[in-house]
Order: sequence, then C-alpha cells, then structure tokens
Amino acid sequence: MSGLLEIKHLTKRFGDTVILNDINITVNKGEVVVILGPSGCGKSTLLRCINALEDIQGGEILIDGGMIGKGADMSKVGMVFQSYDLFPHLNVLDNITLAPRKVHKRTRADAEEEARELLKRVGLSGKEKSFPRELSGGQKQRAAIVRALIMHPELLLFDEVTAALDPEMVREVLEVILDLARQERTMMIVTHEMQFAKAIADRVIMIDGGSIVEENPPERFFTEPDTQRARQFLETFTYESVRK
Amino acid sequence: MWGIEVIFKGKNFLRLLGGLGTALQISLAAVLISIPLGILLGVLMAGKNPVIKAILRVYLDFIRIMPQLVLLFLVFFGTTKVWGWDLSGEVSSVIVFSMWGSAEMSDLVRGSLAAIPKHQYESAQSLGFTPWQTKIYIIIPQTIRRLIPLSINLITRMIKTTSLVLMIGVVEVLKVAQQIIEANRMTAPDAAFGVYLFVFVLYFAACFIPSLLARHLERKWS
Repeated sequence: MSGLLEIKHLTKRFGDTVILNDINITVNKGEVVVILGPSGCGKSTLLRCINALEDIQGGEILIDGGMIGKGADMSKVGMVFQSYDLFPHLNVLDNITLAPRKVHKRTRADAEEEARELLKRVGLSGKEKSFPRELSGGQKQRAAIVRALIMHPELLLFDEVTAALDPEMVREVLEVILDLARQERTMMIVTHEMQFAKAIADRVIMIDGGSIVEENPPERFFTEPDTQRARQFLETFTYESVRK
Repeated sequence: MWGIEVIFKGKNFLRLLGGLGTALQISLAAVLISIPLGILLGVLMAGKNPVIKAILRVYLDFIRIMPQLVLLFLVFFGTTKVWGWDLSGEVSSVIVFSMWGSAEMSDLVRGSLAAIPKHQYESAQSLGFTPWQTKIYIIIPQTIRRLIPLSINLITRMIKTTSLVLMIGVVEVLKVAQQIIEANRMTAPDAAFGVYLFVFVLYFAACFIPSLLARHLERKWS
C-alpha cells in the first residue's frame, strides 16, 4: 500500500551545503511521526519541503499520489510554525476564517460556525474578537492550530510549536495536539519535548547531519535505540545527579 | 501688547490666514502627487530589479542630501537660466515638494514592506492563499497600518518646510507676516513678536492636529 505522504530520495541543498541527503519516509493515514534530532540537523527544513516552502534539488515528495511542485493539492497539507504567525491586523475569528472564505470560498457564516466549534475544542471560546497581541503565546499557538485545522488538511505538520513558549504554556498546546492524535489525524511533529514525543509518536525518526540515522517505534527508540548516535542524543536530555 | 493688536488691524488677520492657505495648498498639492508616486517608487524599491533599486536609491539620497532651499533655487532660478522656463514660485514649490515627498514616501513604503516578517508570507502560502490574495488580504492591510502614521508625520514636515518658499517669492504666511511687520514698523515697533507668535500658533494648529491623529493611530495599531 502507498502512504498518504511518500518522500523518495529527497535531497535539499543551499548552494553547496547539503541540508537533507537521500531522505525516504512514508507516512500512512492516521499515523503520528515524530522527527527528532539536534538543532540544525535539517528537520525543520524537511517539514518546509513537504509544505512546498523550499524547493528541492533531488527526489520527490508525493501527497496522496500528487507530486509536490507538480500538481499536488497543497490544501491537503497544513502547517503550524514555531512563531505562531497569526495575522496581526485580524482578530482571532478573522485569522481563522480568512483562508476558508477566500481560498475555499465558504460563506462567512459557515466558516465562523466551524471556527467557533474548533476554538471551543482548544479552550479559546470567548477569544473570538481578541487580536493576536492580546493573547498569550500558548493562546496564539492554539489559535494558529485552529487556523490550520479549518482547512481540513489530511496531513498536519508541526514545526517546534512549543519552542518559543514559556514552560507553563507548553502543556496547553501539547494537550491540543494529543487531542488531535486521539482523533486519528495524520501528523508529522518536530519537537524537543521528549516526554511528549514518547506519548504521541507511533514512530520516531531521528535525523542527524541531513540523513535519517534511526527509525523506530517510541518504545524501542527511547529505551534501547539501535544506534550509538541516538543514544548520545537521548543522553543530552538527562542529567546526572551531583549530590554526594 | 507685544504688537498683537496689529494682527487685527485692517485685513491683516485674513491676510495671514490667506498666507497659511497658500502654504497648505502647496503642501496639499505636493502630498496628492507624492503619495501615489511614493507608493509606486517604494514598491519598486522593495522589488527585485537591482537596476531600478540602484537608480531609486541614488534619487532618494540626492533629494535627502540637498537642502530643500537649494532644490527650490535650482528649480525656480536654475530652469529659467538654462532652459528659459518661466515657472511661478508656486509651481516650483509644488515640484520641489513633490520630488522630496515622493522620495521620502518611497522610503517609508519600502521600509514598511520590508518590516513584514517573511513568516507572514509563508503562513499565508501554507494556508493556500495565492500570491495575489496574500498581498490583498495580508500584506497590504498591514503595510497601510504602518504607513498611515508615518505619512502623516511626513505631511506635517512638509507643511513646516513650506516656510522656505518665501525665498522664491511665494507670498505664504511667513511672507505676509514680514509684510505686516514692515508696514507697521513706525506705529507698532513690537509687532515682530506678536505677529510671529501668531504665525507660530497657525503652524502649530496646522501640524498638531494631524500629529495627534498619527499618534492615536500608531497606538491603536501597534
């Protein structure tokens, strides 16, 4: 069977620098894939390639059989960014409904009805008329998730969505993503939250230096990874006690 | 007291207001030319064509380096000497202020466009907006919000700088004030203080109201 997302021999270069080298990933419908790796390993670039924000120098990316950059239906992919990137001149409701109204040509009433339902689901009822600058980081990010959801993407990409948040706001955002996993959404998540990764992933892919170094179910990856590199990486998240 | 009574002698009050009117008319004409021209040049400056960008950069720097008075002399006297043009002081003023205004405006537009984070374009793209939709619904509204207070400040600077046009024979508010003071030198030797004080009040009124509006909008949209 073929996956919802198929990445075949993907190569991405900036000038002479190779960012991604011969990446092969298949993501099936309903699957949650977590991408881990040290900073600068190319994991964010990978998501940006899938969302056609970067051109690629080799290989191909297929969404539901359509090739990205050559006629793939990009509305099947939704992305949430680290820096929220809500539109500052629009209130929450307009931020969310602008794309369904203008891109999908839905009526305002129809789009707003769905937006209100989704906002309720992420705990943002009552914030419809607020402007982004009036929201906390966590609230902004939840609104940004709703903005992506209302376009009904089949694949959701999360690019370090909690990296810019204060620690106490991380959880409220991750809860929303866990809820999406319960709804069997197909997702690719780049994160540094190891506990979250362990809880949500069906599969963990570790990237280092632009290549996949390990691909395993989380039970395996977090307890007995196959590679030395993965073990080293996981050790950077634990601390040895200095108490005597 | 202080020669203030001179302002209300004869038609002096109306003449001063008329002088302010001339200054504001020159500013208004220049603003009406500068804003669309500045927007056009600013969009080109924010664009990708390196030749156009370089030319506009030189134009902007040239206008900025030249004192406005020199530009006024250049247009008013220079064109007569070299090409035999017989431009009136008013027309020369509008030309100079439009050159200056469009150059400054283009830089404001360029800056406002450059200040829109790249992520605004990217999140729009990932939501499926076409490049045109992105400009119309996301980039332009944000640019306008940044631009309006900045343009109002530019307009008040223009109004203030029109005080220079008396040097090429335009009878604007400051020139009228000088004439009134001259005419009353014997009867009211203090008139300079009172009359210039009144000129101050007129300029203040003409610039303060738009400044307040600019500050209000800036706060509202920041």
